Amino acid sequence: MTLTAPVGTSPEREAAPPPRRGARPLRWLLHAFLAVVALGWLMPLLLAVYASLRPYDETARLGYFSLPEQLTLDYYGQAWSQAELPRYYLNTLIIVIPALVLTLFLASFVAFAIARARIPGRKTLLIVFTAGNLLPPQVLITPLYSLYTLIPLPAWLSDSQSLYDSYLGLILIHVAFQFGFCVFVIANFMRTIPEEISEAALVDGASLWRRYWTLTLPLCRPVLAALGTLQFTWMYNDFLWALVLMVSGDKLPVTSALNNLRGQFFTDYNLLAAGSVLVALPTLIVFQLLHKHFVAGLTLGSTKG
Amino acid sequence: MTVKTRRYSARDVTVLVIGVGVAVIVNVGLIWGPTLASVALSATDWNGFGPIEWIGGRNYSDLAGEYPPFWSAVRNNILWLVFLGLVATPFGLFCAVLLDRRLRGSRFYQSALYMPVVLSLAVVGFIAQLVYSHDYGVLNAVTGLSADWLGDRSINIWVVMVAAAWRHVGYVMIIYLAGLKAVDPALKEAAAIDGANERQAFFRVVFPTLRPVNVIVLVITVIEALRAFDIVYAINKGRNGLELLSVLVTENIVGEASRIGFGSAIAVILLVISLGFIVTYLSQLFREER
Repeated sequence: MTLTAPVGTSPEREAAPPPRRGARPLRWLLHAFLAVVALGWLMPLLLAVYASLRPYDETARLGYFSLPEQLTLDYYGQAWSQAELPRYYLNTLIIVIPALVLTLFLASFVAFAIARARIPGRKTLLIVFTAGNLLPPQVLITPLYSLYTLIPLPAWLSDSQSLYDSYLGLILIHVAFQFGFCVFVIANFMRTIPEEISEAALVDGASLWRRYWTLTLPLCRPVLAALGTLQFTWMYNDFLWALVLMVSGDKLPVTSALNNLRGQFFTDYNLLAAGSVLVALPTLIVFQLLHKHFVAGLTLGSTKG
Repeated sequence: MTVKTRRYSARDVTVLVIGVGVAVIVNVGLIWGPTLASVALSATDWNGFGPIEWIGGRNYSDLAGEYPPFWSAVRNNILWLVFLGLVATPFGLFCAVLLDRRLRGSRFYQSALYMPVVLSLAVVGFIAQLVYSHDYGVLNAVTGLSADWLGDRSINIWVVMVAAAWRHVGYVMIIYLAGLKAVDPALKEAAAIDGANERQAFFRVVFPTLRPVNVIVLVITVIEALRAFDIVYAINKGRNGLELLSVLVTENIVGEASRIGFGSAIAVILLVISLGFIVTYLSQLFREER
């Protein structure tokens, strides 16, 4: 999932020079191969969309791999109203938006402290933060679960009156788990910003906060956009934290709530397919709209600048 | 280094201490603290309530001796790692090499390949059910078989790994593609002038320069294999042939029996394996750091 290091260049940006003249048949073979692979890769998703458009008794009779007799959007309506998806989308937003903002804010400040203010012990800090981000969540989830049940919260903050089963609890663990990676990436990015700007401000007597907030942060927009896109996807897709740290069905984020579409004894897979498509939609839209940032985020650091 | 600290006013120092302090508290309190607690709890028989009793290494011997899902999970985690490492990752690299040739339509192929990366693994699990379903699934319809792909203990882990690979290939591909674009084209030209064919040029010249990327991909692969969870959980809660270490840990807290000590012992095993790779990765990463 989340890994890697410096440099925020998108491979997409360079203009492609005219294709080299390889042997023609070979080129066609290459295209044929890639087209087959690409189609194979899209197929499961297209299948889910297709299944979601057909009534259950039809697919039960003919199987999913058959020509349609009837196409309907009913399942989307059902998933939307019966499974109360809007509420779960809202839950996701209540968790993801603050977690995203906090993560980027905290990470950029710590990155500034490490890369620019050069605090003592910065390398140790960086290593500890980055390593924490790489741990499998299960390594710490058992004590975390116990810890969450023990920490009391006032009722206005969480109706469970503890960190367990609260939005705040999920927000905190997202921040804690993701900001190590962000610190690492932002710190590397900040090192590439010419220091003269900050130095000049220092001579003018600008405070540390001003140098961070008004001078450095605006220059970090590309890396913040890339990380924001990536982190949104990861936090949105989270399944485990909510599964373990939430118990009230009505507070679950949308990814985990998908399970509600399963019946106790009977599961309508076409309904589940419609639900899956609806759940996948936001990340697919983000991916299409912010394609460039997303790729930049994924490859941040896989290349050493 | 430390000389620069003098240039900060008292207020600057306060801001620094608060900002970094919050980060450290959150990190230690929610990540490293619980991780160490896992290690400590693994030597107890705590069930979440009541007194904590020290039982030394008994959880570990119970795990190895009297808990059948454990070995099944170990086997599945190893299979998962080997499958991602020997099948999915090389295929991702292969696609990256093909896509690096500036083909027309390359952008479309790329998007298609990493579309699954943005999907939640839970959704991947549900989609897998549509494909593999015994009665109505596409796979049986296309192949004319009537295998119970997800229900049969001897094959279900394989088809689930294919679904995991579906997502992994795109991830690996995009990282390698970025790595390949950063390789100096002059290297390839020099190899071509020296009479190397494309395969030789790749394996002898290009691939060795990708070393840092290889390490990153290796670590991603290992971590993904250890973290594997959502997809089997979405399919059948990780039972009946789909046991994984991560599932067993979770089962011991959200399952019927809350056996905190026992679950922690499994977590510690995960921790030890992952730390080995994390240390390798970080030493690679920080080698060139000042």
